[in-house]
Amino acid sequence: MQGEGSFYVMTKELLDSTDMERTITRMAHEILEKNRGVEGLCLVGIQRGGVHLSKRLAERIKSIEGRDVPVGMLDIALYRDDLNIRKEYPAVRKTDIPFEITGKVVVLVDDVLFTGRSIRAAMDALMDIGRPARIELAVLIDRGHRELPVRADFVGKSVPTSVGETVNVEFSEEAGVDRVVLTGK
Amino acid sequence: MGETGRQLRSKDIVGIKDLSREEIELILDTAVGFKDVLRRDIKKVPTLRGKTVVNLFFEPSTRTRTSFELAAKRLSTDVINFSVSASSVVKGESLIDTATAIQALGADVVIIRHSSSGVPHLLADHLNASVINAGDGINEHPTQALLDAFTIMERFGGISGLSIAIVGDILHSRVAKSNIYCLRTLGADVRLIGPPTLIPEGLFDPDIEVFHSMEEGLGDVDVVMMLRIQMERQDTGFFPTTDEYFRLWGLTRERLALARPDAVVMHPGPMNRGIEIVSDVADSPQSVILDQVTNGIAVRMAVLYLLSGARSGG
Repeated sequence: MQGEGSFYVMTKELLDSTDMERTITRMAHEILEKNRGVEGLCLVGIQRGGVHLSKRLAERIKSIEGRDVPVGMLDIALYRDDLNIRKEYPAVRKTDIPFEITGKVVVLVDDVLFTGRSIRAAMDALMDIGRPARIELAVLIDRGHRELPVRADFVGKSVPTSVGETVNVEFSEEAGVDRVVLTGK
Repeated sequence: MGETGRQLRSKDIVGIKDLSREEIELILDTAVGFKDVLRRDIKKVPTLRGKTVVNLFFEPSTRTRTSFELAAKRLSTDVINFSVSASSVVKGESLIDTATAIQALGADVVIIRHSSSGVPHLLADHLNASVINAGDGINEHPTQALLDAFTIMERFGGISGLSIAIVGDILHSRVAKSNIYCLRTLGADVRLIGPPTLIPEGLFDPDIEVFHSMEEGLGDVDVVMMLRIQMERQDTGFFPTTDEYFRLWGLTRERLALARPDAVVMHPGPMNRGIEIVSDVADSPQSVILDQVTNGIAVRMAVLYLLSGARSGG
């Protein structure tokens, strides 16, 4: 606990690295179960939080089914609905979807589902890139507080939060450790 | 989310001289994302929907104006082209009156090309809209330098340490000037090659080597950047004939062979084939001239996007 005057900031670890591994494994099984295998399937990770997760899911699917699933990454900065009210424009990151998405089942992957606006932006971006047969959504954490009618098909863990709190998903590729941390009052 | 922190400091881009290395790199990084949009079937994103971009070109230009127009349209903005020869300026309206009237019509961005150096700076001071310099006299052409840097980055993965030769009429070239500032800021080693009459003394740092011979200047360079020769310069005595210009400074296969084997050839266009460059070289695999055109749109999209961010940041 750190104190800043009378303002306490608490952090709590929601998932440790073993929890994350088990959760991702279960999500991979669910994706395969719902889609009856990998035929016509592809994963698209939303920058930045969904990119590592999408690769992990693809690896897990490969070890379960023995088959590769195409994985891409999608940046949604250009489709955000809040550009006119932000003080700064967000960085434009890489979009790399090196395969056809028309006619495919696209599983959008993100780390945390919150208001649902990022997912709306991601769907608009995907529609400009191709015409998927179906879009499904996989998120590691659903923290509630939806502002748009968006729901996830595959959820790692549902965590009730208050709006002022923050949920951070850390991946060892970047942060050195796998874990999910809740920060806030 | 909200991981930004990188912004342009000014609402305008009037010269590379005013941009820091970080700002140049931000523009180039952002352009990577926009180049992807240009590869899609639907080459449009809704990002700047509702914004208005005005092309205010006092000098004729098809390719630069079209490049800006496409960049603006790909971002879903509304684009207006003012062809100034036919307008109020001829009736005697001052430049500032023209520009403020354009702003009053709702322009968010004014892209200006003018034969007098310093015009974009004047407009930038008087307008709340963003001003982009598309070429002012013999001063600068910043977006050209940015797209050239982007093209070099694409090929080589970086710019720092590369040896780059700029060839031709440096004296009158705003493209050359912007490129010199840009490439040096990014850490490249720049040299100039051309007739003594067309390379100004003392304008640049002494550590920019100047050569008056292609054979001497092209040894081991990574990039050969050719400039366009303007025919008017022949009439005013800067070089005797186009034949002689070609004989001494034209880029031929033999001269290109003096550069490194993986060297690239660039030209801002339009080319005078047979005068500054032979077709054989212009159309060879080492030429990135067409990539420059494509990259121009991506870089201009990045500039429009980042300037909108700079304006909204108060």
